[in-house]
Amino acid sequence: MTAFLTAQGVSVKLAGRLVLRDVSLALSPGHLVALVGPNGAGKTTLLRALAGLVPATGAIHVGGDALSSLSLPERARRFAYLPQGHLVHWPLPARDIVALGRYPHGATDPARLTPRDAEAVLRAMRATDVVELRARRVTELSGGERSRVALARVFAVEAPVILADEPTSSLDPRHQIEVMKTLRAAADQGTLVIVVTHDLVLAARFADIVLVLSDGRLVSQGAPAEALSEQVMGDVFRISAFRAEYKREAVIVPWAEI
Amino acid sequence: MSFQNAMMTADIAARRRSSVMAALVVLVVLLALGSLGIGPVRLSPVTVIDALFGGGSDVAQVIVREIRLPRAILAFAIGAVLGLSGAALQGLLRNPLAAPELFGAPQSAAFGAVLVIALGLADVRSYALPVAAIVFAFASVFVLLAIAGRNAALLILILAGLAISSLAGAATALVMNLSQNPFVVLEIAFWLLGSLEDRSFRDVMLALPFIAAGAVILLSQRNAFRALTLGEETAQSLGVDIDRLRLMVIAGVALGVGGAVAVSGTIGFIGLVAPHLMRPLIGHDPARLLVPSALAGAALLLAADIGVRIIPSTSDIKVGVLTSIIGVPFFLYLIMRERRALGGGVA
Repeated sequence: MTAFLTAQGVSVKLAGRLVLRDVSLALSPGHLVALVGPNGAGKTTLLRALAGLVPATGAIHVGGDALSSLSLPERARRFAYLPQGHLVHWPLPARDIVALGRYPHGATDPARLTPRDAEAVLRAMRATDVVELRARRVTELSGGERSRVALARVFAVEAPVILADEPTSSLDPRHQIEVMKTLRAAADQGTLVIVVTHDLVLAARFADIVLVLSDGRLVSQGAPAEALSEQVMGDVFRISAFRAEYKREAVIVPWAEI
Repeated sequence: MSFQNAMMTADIAARRRSSVMAALVVLVVLLALGSLGIGPVRLSPVTVIDALFGGGSDVAQVIVREIRLPRAILAFAIGAVLGLSGAALQGLLRNPLAAPELFGAPQSAAFGAVLVIALGLADVRSYALPVAAIVFAFASVFVLLAIAGRNAALLILILAGLAISSLAGAATALVMNLSQNPFVVLEIAFWLLGSLEDRSFRDVMLALPFIAAGAVILLSQRNAFRALTLGEETAQSLGVDIDRLRLMVIAGVALGVGGAVAVSGTIGFIGLVAPHLMRPLIGHDPARLLVPSALAGAALLLAADIGVRIIPSTSDIKVGVLTSIIGVPFFLYLIMRERRALGGGVA
């Protein structure tokens, strides 16, 4: 399968410090990619660079076009970006938040959606099971509900690439699995989903490909069991892990520091 | 079932917004009529409407059309653009305590105007005045947003605003201090208090083009404020050009506030209060708040300007003094309400 999203020699300098060094990758549609690494490895920066949210050197191509040649709305239609923390500054109804996903398509007012935009919003809300929350203010929702609404907003973009920064942090185990399953389903339908996570258990279980960043460099990539080899766990994360297989899926549980 | 319920809730909200808007329009019209009728010579609403369209006595016509109409137009336009500026800044910064007067914009605009007068570059009726006011208002908001940076904490905004308005106030005081002519100083001092008294159509022509331009610019950005609900980074990922948006808001606020200050002096706290009055009625959507906040600002200033005419006192109360007397306790109330965010340091 041909790569949809490629990066060649991408570096990012923030406040004089090289946060990302010479990262190259090629990712195909229909995959769930987990981006892992210790704190400060540059995971969020790589995600931002891919979406064009931070200035980067090197070349990024998406769907055959150079990222730098795309206008802001064109970029916004190709990358749906979910930042950490699901920040919402005003207590808007959940449906209006989800409808913001149609902003890149020109639907800037949630009260005046075209039938096509309204359908996309409804599809996204069904996929994340938030239809019943639509009239409730997001600030009144529980953490789990809020994360689902945030995910619905990302789905509503209907972009070929979803970039999600720690979508499972601060969720209970049930909601973590729920979110990962929803993202997995999106990947199975042909979306390229890239998820930053600290949860190696979830990464190993749900991802097709794991990318390991360390100190701004891409040091390992491949299927979970290979990318998170014992050596990588030791060199990068400085831990040992319990490794097994359960119901034909890789289980990698961080165990002790070394 | 619940899906339909939710649809109905959305409809109810939309209908409620329309009725609030209709009520605001009626209120503004009534206050404008009141503003045309109240003064040393009291005129009934019927006489006012008659005189407005060229009927009735000559005296009534002169009073309504030449003395009170410019004042009412300015009260409407200035109140509206202040309310709009407050709502736009609150939308841009996702912060309920944002307002031009808290950021030192009117104070800086006033300094620009005072400087031009004191240097003898212009008399009080020339276009140099609003231009200087706009330039300084632009500079103050620009500097404030540059200091605040991205995702500015509430405390930083308030402190930077305090510093900028103090600096503008001190600079204005310095100009007055150094001025040789005591009459000029007195004139400036009274002008700084903020008033709409004795304004003519020349003042309207002086301020209105800038105020209108500022309002158009701010309104054109309304949907970006909605996207900003999700924070700057997400708004950017949705295709909003944040740097351009900031510049547009600064320009819109500067044009509106600068134009207003040039003819009325500093009239504070309308920009802070108006959006807050509208949120319980309209909801928190920053895009939908803009027009209602403008109407509420217009109603507030029209009412305040009627108030200064009917409050019995030995000398005239300036409308800027009245809006501050009412606005500052409201500001204190807002600080109390936002205590948690302020105490935490991060909005």
